[in-house]
Amino acid sequence: METGLHPDDFHIREHPILTASDGETLEFFWSGEELTARQGEMISSALFANGIRIFGHHPKDDSPQGIFCANGQCSQCMVIADGYPVKSCMEIIQPGMRVEPVESLPALPAVEDAPSFHDTEEMEVECLIIGGGPAGLSAAIELGRAGVETLVVDDKHKLGGKLVLQTHKFFGSMADCYAGMRGIEIGEVLEEEAARLDTVTCWINTNAVAVFSDRKVGLVRDGRHYVLVQPKTMLVAAGAREKSLIFRGNTLPGVYGAGAFQTLVNRDLVRAAEKLFIVGGGNVGLIAGYHALQAGIQVVGLVEALPKCGGYKVHKDKLVRFGVPIYTSHTIVSANGDETVESVTIAGIGPDWKAIPGTEQSFECDTVLIAVGLDPVDEFYHKAVDFGMEVFAAGDAREIAEASAAMFSGKIKGREIARTLGRDVEETPDDWLATEQVLKSKPGMTYDEEIPEKEEGIFPLFHCSEEIPCNPCISVCPIHAVTVGDDIRNTPRFIGDEIGETCTGCAQCVTICPGLAVTMVDYRKDPENPIVTIAHEFTKESVKKGDLVTVLDTVGAVLGTCVVEKVRPGAIAVPGLPDVPGDEEPESGKKKPKKSNTFKILVKAPREIAKQIAGLQVQEENVTEPMDLYVERLTDDTIVCRCERVSAGEIREMIRAGSRDINEIKVATRSGMGACGSKTCSGLIMQLFAEEGIDLEEITGNVDRPFFVEIPIGVFCGTEE
Amino acid sequence: MGNHGTYDVIIIGAGSVGTPTALYLAEAGLRPLVIDARASVGQGASKAAIGGIRATHSDVAKIRTCLKSIEVFSGWEERYGESIEWTRGGYSFVAYRGREERILKDLITVQQSYGLDISWLDRDDLLEVVPDLNRDGLIGGTWSPGDGSASPLLATWQFYRQSLELGAEYRFKELVTEIRRENGRISGVVTDRGSYSTPVVINAAGAGAGGIAEMVGLEVPITPDSHEAGVTEPVAPFLKPMIVDIRPVEGSANYYFYQHRTGQLIFCLTPDPPLVGTDRRETSWFMPHIARRMVDLMPRLKNLKVRRSWRGLYPMTPDASPIVGRDREVEGYIHAVGMCGQGFMLGPGLAHVLARIVTDELTGDDLEVLEKFSPYREFAGMEQLK
Repeated sequence: METGLHPDDFHIREHPILTASDGETLEFFWSGEELTARQGEMISSALFANGIRIFGHHPKDDSPQGIFCANGQCSQCMVIADGYPVKSCMEIIQPGMRVEPVESLPALPAVEDAPSFHDTEEMEVECLIIGGGPAGLSAAIELGRAGVETLVVDDKHKLGGKLVLQTHKFFGSMADCYAGMRGIEIGEVLEEEAARLDTVTCWINTNAVAVFSDRKVGLVRDGRHYVLVQPKTMLVAAGAREKSLIFRGNTLPGVYGAGAFQTLVNRDLVRAAEKLFIVGGGNVGLIAGYHALQAGIQVVGLVEALPKCGGYKVHKDKLVRFGVPIYTSHTIVSANGDETVESVTIAGIGPDWKAIPGTEQSFECDTVLIAVGLDPVDEFYHKAVDFGMEVFAAGDAREIAEASAAMFSGKIKGREIARTLGRDVEETPDDWLATEQVLKSKPGMTYDEEIPEKEEGIFPLFHCSEEIPCNPCISVCPIHAVTVGDDIRNTPRFIGDEIGETCTGCAQCVTICPGLAVTMVDYRKDPENPIVTIAHEFTKESVKKGDLVTVLDTVGAVLGTCVVEKVRPGAIAVPGLPDVPGDEEPESGKKKPKKSNTFKILVKAPREIAKQIAGLQVQEENVTEPMDLYVERLTDDTIVCRCERVSAGEIREMIRAGSRDINEIKVATRSGMGACGSKTCSGLIMQLFAEEGIDLEEITGNVDRPFFVEIPIGVFCGTEE
Repeated sequence: MGNHGTYDVIIIGAGSVGTPTALYLAEAGLRPLVIDARASVGQGASKAAIGGIRATHSDVAKIRTCLKSIEVFSGWEERYGESIEWTRGGYSFVAYRGREERILKDLITVQQSYGLDISWLDRDDLLEVVPDLNRDGLIGGTWSPGDGSASPLLATWQFYRQSLELGAEYRFKELVTEIRRENGRISGVVTDRGSYSTPVVINAAGAGAGGIAEMVGLEVPITPDSHEAGVTEPVAPFLKPMIVDIRPVEGSANYYFYQHRTGQLIFCLTPDPPLVGTDRRETSWFMPHIARRMVDLMPRLKNLKVRRSWRGLYPMTPDASPIVGRDREVEGYIHAVGMCGQGFMLGPGLAHVLARIVTDELTGDDLEVLEKFSPYREFAGMEQLK
């Protein structure tokens, strides 16, 4: 498959969905060596794009360090930039910047000039929103419409939160939550909408660092300007952080979160890996696998501890069809390699949740993605509650769910806050609350796929047999011949014959389906060799007219090979639907079709298999073969606290000796004393307690203290302004 | 909830005084029990202490006690093979104005008379020791190389571990509800989980000591106030001593900081007027205030990143000296309270004295110390250097 990769570096130059800027480049130095970066990218991405995965070594045990969260929350990616230690995932590379690995404790730069000081800027706002992602922006739009003075702060260089990583099309309904649109597009729509509102101010590159007992919130703008905000109300929409996992080699550079991976690949267009292995079969892991394939990265496999993937079946099916094996009831045993990941070892999982000896297999890979769930970033919410502030939470910070649900949760909270502030806003419609519940709902029943008897004319087929909240296929049908009945979670059905309508063959349902689970079969020309239309989201060059492609059924079984007849761009035009949910509906009539970057591949298939075809194989089988012998990692480097390099063994020993206070474990081992503020290890320590059979009620938890991220002392007194 | 055993001594409070006391009592062959309301050792004020340890005080009782403490801290690793991150980095009180110069020089005379290793360094000599000080207006400062620092977290935990080895027992998450007396003598302690018999109770409950004393009808003049502190990221060594700046400004009387053995800078502020009470929640005022003072004093600190901040309690007495000794009215009741924010540095030294109170082996020096710290003293003037 064509990767769109320049042979000299790991910048992605061609991507089926994203447009790589062929903009300016700049030169910088890594350990004295001159390298090229894209203007505006983060230091970490510039390093990755140059094939550099190790950013330094830990002063405690000399273990290699690299990217972990890519989200500004840990300090694992620290480098020295022009003499200053910085988090490389949060700092933009500058021309001529001298970047060095951190190989020991960094030296504090000398300062020659006499300091100057500024008093802290203080301000009041009616509503402060922490987090400019789907929930925060949706709330800001409601607040802005109600005329509430609203300040949205976000720590990234761009609004949209994790929407900016989401190159896939959204589930849900088009009328409610932009279903069928890609996350990146939704982020932009929300941002534009918020920008149109006079009373909404958005500060990007602004970290909320603490909520204080005097009900002020500390913000750091652009890394140097400290502002204290006193909000009348506050909404915490800070999203989620990725959970970590305990296994040997779990902190080797090359082991990181799926979100971090998506940041590197989808936001910064860096081919962060060549061969990937994924741990976790929820939507995050499944989608990350899809994104990897789209970026030209091989996906060697995916392990899921449960007997069934937790993510949507359509996501899983899609991945399997592309040639990614999914190992359910399996677990990761170790990530192997000296300085970076060279292979991964997995094993079957027994009823005791432990690896079954003798079932180990290893796979060559350079990256292991951890996608084992998310935890709400809700520290500010709890602090504000403790301090008696008028505070709300929305999106993942409130409850982990899909981004579509986060948008609804934001809208609802936005209205609620406006009412709290005495604004005369309409009551939140009941159906909003109902929709939020529906969007949050977990997948329901899975049915056997129903394949209609009919073999004439033209009609769509839905390879979508699990109850999930999604129905854009209904919205786009110009003859209203697709239905899910009265609950959006039902599976779709074509009812043209029942209502006396004939499929127009527009294939918009094929194009819009977020699960790539709709095909269209056309018997009109040649009933023995009908044409099957398949949605495809890889680079245009990856499939061409005349190619012989392997076609598969819904769950990935090979059906045979077919010849590609045509490759066509998809397009969507839905009359009567506004561009932004909640806006006035446009005047009815024909809308100009919007081009989609989902392609339609038309293959000629023998009648016997035509209706079974659900997709094309993308990845060759040899990519996913296990190694001849499994790799046993002998080094016991199962790390719980990455900042302070504390092992699971050390903590288990304390638990077995009777420790029931995380604060005591911290005292004795330093776990949680690092730069990240126990954001990763506190959950893992609880997991160890649980594994040791300790009732979690007995455990005294960590005491949360400021600051959320580390801040230079000078920022607090305005020396950097 | 029956009787859970009989102990030679019950110490209330597993902090920087209670844990070393348990260790030395156990060393003396006694069977102590330590009861603490919190979930593990050192979770009260000890946890909030920044770790400075100096003998260079202005009164003989503190000097003697802290000299003993330094002996314990500095010899710990060799004796027990476990690190408490002790570093002999010294202390330096700096002077930028005539007022501070005078106060410090007057004190040095007193301190030297007690045999302490402290001297005055003029500007250039001081800059040799602390090159990053703001040179503008610097007059000089004190230099006491024998002082140092250790980790209050690790030290308290180590006292606990070693005392356990010698048979001391601990009950955590247990709230003392009653101290029992029979015929005017201590006979036991009741908690929310059970009762224990003992002839001796040591009140080492830090900021909570007042409430414990009330259980035996005593009133101790302790008012907790709070001090906020912080710790930075670790950087390569650049600062040797604890720096103390005693220039009062609006909002704070003084502040101090040092680079810990881990490479982290730890700093603390004394608010003025004091923040009386037990509130330990973070304030928005603290960081901008201390940042300005610190960066003004040492401009190089401006790029050093603050990692965490917290607030701890100073159980203050009217004259800023601890209250230690046997109670005359309640037989078997021993005060070890009112450490005034110096419990960590006083702890091991006082613990030796407390153990000797229990075993009836007090020395002449001990008696002199106990006279100064007596619950029955006149609570008059404040110590000069607090």
